[in-house]
Amino acid sequence: MPTDFTLPELGENIAAGDVLRVLVKPGDTLAKDQPVLELETDKATIEVPSSVAGKVKEIKVKAGDKVKVGQAILSVDDGAAEGASTQAEGAPTQAPAKEEPATAANTAAKVPADEPGLEQHVEGNTRDTAADKSGVKPQTNQNAEPDEDRDRAALPAKNERSERGEGDGADHVRAAGASGVNNDRGAGAPGVNKVVDISRGARASAEPAVPEAPEEPPAPAAPSVRRMARELGVDINAVPGSGPGGRISIEDVKAYAKRLVGAARSAAPGSHVPLPDFSRWGEIERQPMRAVRRKTAEHLSAAWATVPHVTQFDDADITALDELRKKYVNEVEAAGGNLTVTAIAVKVIAAALRRYPQFNASIDMDAGEIIYKKYVNIGIAVDTDRGLLVPVIRNADQKNIVQLSVELAHLSEKARNRKISLEEMQGGCFSISNLGGIGGTYFTPIVNAPEVAILGISRASMRPKFDNGDFVPRFMLPLSLSYDHRVIDGADGIRFLRWVAEALEQPFLLALHG
Amino acid sequence: MISTQLVVVGAGPGGYAAAFLAADLGLTTALVDPNPNPGGVCVYVGCIPSKALLHVANLISESRHAKGWGVDFGEPKVDLAKLREFKNNVVKRLTSGTGQLVKLRKVQYLQGLAEIVDAHTLRVRLVAGGREAGGVQDIQFEHAILATGSVPAIPPMLQVDDPRVMDSTAALDLPDIPKSLLVVGGGYIGLELGSVYAALGSAVTVVEMTPGLLPGADRDLVDVLAKRVAQTMKSVLLNTKVTQMEPESKGIRVTFESEPHVDNAPKEHVFDRVLVAVGRRPNSKIPGLEKTQVQVDQRGFIMVDEQRRTHEPSIFAIGDVVGEPMLAHKASHEGRVAVEVMAGENVAFAPRAIPAVVFTDPELAWAGLTEAQAAKDNRKVTIAKFPWGASGRAITLDRTDGLTKLVLDPDTERLLGVGLVGPGAGELIAEGVLAIEMGATATDLKLTIHPHPTLTETLMESAEVFFGQATHVYRPKRT
Repeated sequence: MPTDFTLPELGENIAAGDVLRVLVKPGDTLAKDQPVLELETDKATIEVPSSVAGKVKEIKVKAGDKVKVGQAILSVDDGAAEGASTQAEGAPTQAPAKEEPATAANTAAKVPADEPGLEQHVEGNTRDTAADKSGVKPQTNQNAEPDEDRDRAALPAKNERSERGEGDGADHVRAAGASGVNNDRGAGAPGVNKVVDISRGARASAEPAVPEAPEEPPAPAAPSVRRMARELGVDINAVPGSGPGGRISIEDVKAYAKRLVGAARSAAPGSHVPLPDFSRWGEIERQPMRAVRRKTAEHLSAAWATVPHVTQFDDADITALDELRKKYVNEVEAAGGNLTVTAIAVKVIAAALRRYPQFNASIDMDAGEIIYKKYVNIGIAVDTDRGLLVPVIRNADQKNIVQLSVELAHLSEKARNRKISLEEMQGGCFSISNLGGIGGTYFTPIVNAPEVAILGISRASMRPKFDNGDFVPRFMLPLSLSYDHRVIDGADGIRFLRWVAEALEQPFLLALHG
Repeated sequence: MISTQLVVVGAGPGGYAAAFLAADLGLTTALVDPNPNPGGVCVYVGCIPSKALLHVANLISESRHAKGWGVDFGEPKVDLAKLREFKNNVVKRLTSGTGQLVKLRKVQYLQGLAEIVDAHTLRVRLVAGGREAGGVQDIQFEHAILATGSVPAIPPMLQVDDPRVMDSTAALDLPDIPKSLLVVGGGYIGLELGSVYAALGSAVTVVEMTPGLLPGADRDLVDVLAKRVAQTMKSVLLNTKVTQMEPESKGIRVTFESEPHVDNAPKEHVFDRVLVAVGRRPNSKIPGLEKTQVQVDQRGFIMVDEQRRTHEPSIFAIGDVVGEPMLAHKASHEGRVAVEVMAGENVAFAPRAIPAVVFTDPELAWAGLTEAQAAKDNRKVTIAKFPWGASGRAITLDRTDGLTKLVLDPDTERLLGVGLVGPGAGELIAEGVLAIEMGATATDLKLTIHPHPTLTETLMESAEVFFGQATHVYRPKRT
């Protein structure tokens, strides 16, 4: 009897991933816990261990496929193959022949890479910001998906209406439309809420005729109400009805749209602006966004739209620090780390967060509360060939600089080799982005929400400093601190950054205050 | 070369509804069809002429029924030429009406056959007097709607080149009143036309491959109709297939093949005429369609999204050619949706209920969820039935062979489906459709005062049955 191995639950927040490599092939004898897949999820690459053992009969996925939790990965022949050895030997010749059409069928049946339902799923599960709830997502692929088109289409359609003086509450309408209100139920239902904006000549959605009988009973709303909801970009199935039997009234739809606008206003980035046809001006090439790039785009759009940013600049005189650094660099290297400015900055920031707790916080707007963290975990932005990853150093305040250097080197290495796990990138309180290795003076980093501040470090350089009536050469390090103005005032911002700069100038401060 | 914002290919009830709305919205619109006026299969050779004949058939059967009430009209004398003329006049009146509306709306009507040149160009081979006139007209369009409908499906073994073997179009022409008629197919077309011929005096045999008439409809409704059909028709052969038809001088020799369990299954029989009504297939073989990105599924339906867009951005499709149910009213609705989409409205084809009516005697009608479908989907529903034996109106008509039934959601009391059988069921279903679309509950139906004495009360009383409180039905309390 062949047994299927399906993609198991990989972690709380992982619903799907892209297959990078399949590590076994038909005919292999598979042991329990043997890795079978290399899976790229939102940020981490995971090796998926098998929960079954036996001879691999058929592989049902291939590199590049998007697989969901619960989807069949491969099937094995257990028991039977071992019992009858002659048959087992015969199997390899038979298996490939049988396997071919099955694989082909599987590929054909596979969901398109940018199938909206799936995307929704991934999003809804991996992040919990308001942006998710309003279904905001970037354009993912060349073919404008119906779902995304709807986001765009809702707007012009309604605008026309209000110009004709028909729509009241056109305001919510616009915002709700722009935020592309969506929800789990709606995304799952086939054929629901797919609109293509014809006036823009968008691509038609490739979709077969919808079967007449839906899975769930349709939302109890009159045709006029359903049509209005659609025009507002509201999924009628998500609207709670106040009437008997849960019947949905016009008022229910309006109230729901208003609520969504409230939520979306703080979260939604601008509506999707339709792209011109770039090929009119020359050759172009379209490539699908990879998971990391897509996630980064989504995450940063949401952060940018949610967080009122202020960026504060300062310089730290690290002439003395750099001498110390050079002095101990070998010692740290012997321990397996690199004594870098970043590693030292981690130590300084850890101390600064203890001193300025509002920088080690998150905002819960819904609850009207600020969450203060009693632990200090610091994320370090690492540039990898897959894109930006942010591994997190845990309890940075309890580690000395040597330990931090070693851990940082280790984590960066893992990130670059795609060995970093999702857990190792979660739970950060504050992020540091050091672009000094490449160059530049100052920049305006985006807060890694729900954190509330980020420190950007640029390249240190020798600059003249006026000291005691004379110009003296000093080694100056440019610092850029972006913070969430909702929770951090400007005065606190500069206090924090000044303290960081002084601690770098005067490492003694670390011992004194930190 | 004509240039237009919209061209509609096919002027059936879907196509002309779309063209008219487009014109009303200010789009320059062209409408292409081989017939001289809009109407399509529905008006020329479908719903409309068949209903004219069914009206007559019902009158005949009612006149016979009247004997039991002390009124005897004697046996009807049928003047077939005059009956044909009545039917043709009905068609003429309607089509000249739609022709008038074309002119008033300034829709450019092209009588001809369309061929697609590319995603923005159509070539029309002009037709006059029923044949190609040799002229060709090219149309440049921004958008097109394909509304080419469907045609009778005739399986190969039923394709016999003999005028006595008819499709629905030929049968509507009333060539004569055959002594014996075989209707192949127990669906609505076969039953409707079969009952016309039965009323006119033919001995009608219906043969149906599946175990029941009207596949898809709930059995309790069909049973009521089947009882009547058993009286008005000579015989109904279920679980039986026609395997061969041989034209002979005295008629068409038909060979049957029945499932083994069918009793008294005939092996063969000679019929004066045969009507083949086994279904319809989408008319998607539009010349030049392959020059566009329009895609057709395995069953021949043009694939569209819920806004009725095909895979070609400039082309929409509606009606029978895009999918079941192949019904005129579905096509009209789709046509209007497609035009609204073109006009920039964010709308979709999203009905909760598409009513189906079989104009037999008694009529059968349903909308929304059927009991059978609910069972298939494993959806928990409550059924509330009101037999017409308890309806005052039905008794005055001496037609208690009727049933009204509601399919309800037990938790919310919401109406999910309505099924009706009985005289006038086709008119009664409209209230059910509205109730379903509005999300009405059993309480809403119960609390809406219905006029007395009418058959509409059966809908209200069905809702009362749901609560175990129907005035005219006593149900002992369940404990």
